Amino acid sequence: MTTSVLAGDIKGFESKDQKLKLYNKLQEIIDGHRNAVGAPIRIMQLTQEYCGYLPLPVLEVISKELDISFSQLYSILSFYHFFTTVPKGKYVIQVCKGTACYVKGGQKILDSLHKEFNLAPGGITADGKFSLDMVRCLGCCGLSPVMAVGDDVYRKVKPGQIKDILTGYK
Amino acid sequence: MVTLTIDGEQVTVAEGTTIMDAAKQVSIRIPSLCYLQGLIPHGACGVCVVEVEGERTITRSCVRPVQQGMKVHTNTPTLRNIREMLVELLLSNHPAECFVCERGETCELKDLASTLGVKDIRFDTKPPKFEVDDSSVSIVRNPNKCVLCGRCIRVCSGIQTVEAIDFVNRGDTLIVGPGADKGLGESNCVNCGQCIHVCPVAAITEKSCINEVWDAIDNAEKHVVVQEAPAVRVALGEELGLPPGTLVAGKMHTALRKLGFDTVFDTNFAADLTIIEEGNELVKRVKEGGTLPMITSCCPGWIKFMEEFYPDLIPNVSTCKSPQQMFGALAKTYFAGAANIDPSRIVSVSVMPCTAKKYEAQRPEMCSSGYRDVDYVLTTREIARMIREAGINFAELPDKPAESLMGAYSGAATIFGTTGGVMEAAIRSAYKIITGEELEKIDIMPVRGMSGVKIATVEIGGLKVKVAVAHGLGNARPILDEIRAGKSPYHFIEIMACPGGCVGGGGQPIGFDMAIRSLRGETLYSEDKFSTVRKSHENPSIKKIYEDYLAEPLGEKSHHLLHTKYTPQDNVSKLKNILANLKSR
Repeated sequence: MTTSVLAGDIKGFESKDQKLKLYNKLQEIIDGHRNAVGAPIRIMQLTQEYCGYLPLPVLEVISKELDISFSQLYSILSFYHFFTTVPKGKYVIQVCKGTACYVKGGQKILDSLHKEFNLAPGGITADGKFSLDMVRCLGCCGLSPVMAVGDDVYRKVKPGQIKDILTGYK
Repeated sequence: MVTLTIDGEQVTVAEGTTIMDAAKQVSIRIPSLCYLQGLIPHGACGVCVVEVEGERTITRSCVRPVQQGMKVHTNTPTLRNIREMLVELLLSNHPAECFVCERGETCELKDLASTLGVKDIRFDTKPPKFEVDDSSVSIVRNPNKCVLCGRCIRVCSGIQTVEAIDFVNRGDTLIVGPGADKGLGESNCVNCGQCIHVCPVAAITEKSCINEVWDAIDNAEKHVVVQEAPAVRVALGEELGLPPGTLVAGKMHTALRKLGFDTVFDTNFAADLTIIEEGNELVKRVKEGGTLPMITSCCPGWIKFMEEFYPDLIPNVSTCKSPQQMFGALAKTYFAGAANIDPSRIVSVSVMPCTAKKYEAQRPEMCSSGYRDVDYVLTTREIARMIREAGINFAELPDKPAESLMGAYSGAATIFGTTGGVMEAAIRSAYKIITGEELEKIDIMPVRGMSGVKIATVEIGGLKVKVAVAHGLGNARPILDEIRAGKSPYHFIEIMACPGGCVGGGGQPIGFDMAIRSLRGETLYSEDKFSTVRKSHENPSIKKIYEDYLAEPLGEKSHHLLHTKYTPQDNVSKLKNILANLKSR
């Protein structure tokens, strides 16, 4: 395995100890799946599960180890919304902007998050606690507008409630 | 064999042939944007659709194999409508900057629109606003003009095996690039510029330095010296309207003087010099048991490729600089002294068939004269633009030679411009160096021509010298892997990044047609054939520079000015040092 994991600057894995752990985990993931069908996707999925996102130095290692060019690997990654190369918050907020939620005020939730928490879709709060994703449907249009924090789903959310909801997360 | 009917005409073709290729046999050219002969078809643009009798939907002829008894229609009202609409959709997403676009008449999108008779764009035009990637010193990518045909991706991966670029993102944010917001300049791109040749529009262009060169010419304080690579003289005429393969060496020298360059030399002189240094290096390696096989180092695309993908082969690569850089180092030392000009006043310009030369000239180590050895690199296309801009009627110009001090050249130098040429030139001189006698039959036919890999055995003074020549980086890989495995039977290997060698370089007239590249090569061989001096060591200006300045091949001055070293560029090597630091802490 190449050494770039240890050398690169990786948010969330700053100390030497964290880097070594990441290095070992990555080795385990790659060795376990390198011959599987669709190995790049499976390996990136498991790596993102561990890291919370896909750091670039890690992608360079995967590219080298699987003997697939960086551009091709990134092409796969950027095709799927699931993959992210920026760190996610401790809690991921999802705000729905599908038709029903939009009509019922989904945009207002986004506006409020932007105004009160300086949080835009794709962004993360300064303390790293919350990140925000805009989604197209959470599958419960009857409860619109819908917002989810981690695995908790909030129904018929009004902009005024957001502060209270988020203060519940430590 | 499969028999089918295309537009009422029966045609029999081999199994697996696409409808697109079969149609050519009945004189039908199905319009397309993303299809290009020589590349694996991709079926991206949809313009090449045809109708097959009995099928519910239309089908893309560039990827659809023929079937027995198939009845194909390529020109129906439905198809004309669909093609027109597809092109309208592409145009609605494309900046309407045709007046100021550098692709001008070579734009395939504009050509397609007029071929299909598109008169009106029925959709709102909304060109995208992506950032232009000018991070590379050689190549500029403008995603706003990109039509997403994927040709550049296919030439980069399929032909060159570099895989620097791919599709990134999807939907309306889809672009082509190295990924991860990296620019081409931060990627493993080797700057060969083959992507420029296959791009149907102006989404990929060279990074131009025409303005800087005009400024230098217009500056009375500066003494502007110019050199031109071998392959430019067989392509510049073509770019300026003469038939492909016309030799315009003499007109080129005249045109450069007319443009205002103060001293017109010729890179071919430095090509002869390269042969002397490289030939002696090869002989030294063979005699003293140095690393073999030795690989040529003239091609900066190949050098970057080697540093990225085969850094372990650095000891195999000749330490000789390329002719461009040898010339650059001498222009500000040897010439400066001979002409009594302060080197700080000299601006050194080169005219190259190549985009990677722009990168090479900027490499940090390329200032052994104490100054930047080569200040500006113009491509064949750029110098043609300058000649047009200056209103020079190129075809009528008289033929004039370059200044002899660093401009006289042999036939061996001129064939540097095509695949196999460096090898042939080296053999002609190596024979003399080893045996002390002149080679009788100097046309080394097995290393000529356009096959991807050429091999030959040449007997020199009792030693059977085995040589190989590869052009197109994909063709070089098997030979390099052989060296890696310790199984290489060769003594000397020539590698050129571009298919065809420099005649097909990224700075040449736009096109991916191997027949035209081959024609340019043929012209170089005929210039060689009719030269009075055909061996590098017989070039009087070369004899003079060793007598007056360099003293001896591989000597101290040569070592300093004409030789170089290489730097691994791959991630493993780059990060090894960082890791060492981390461990020591």
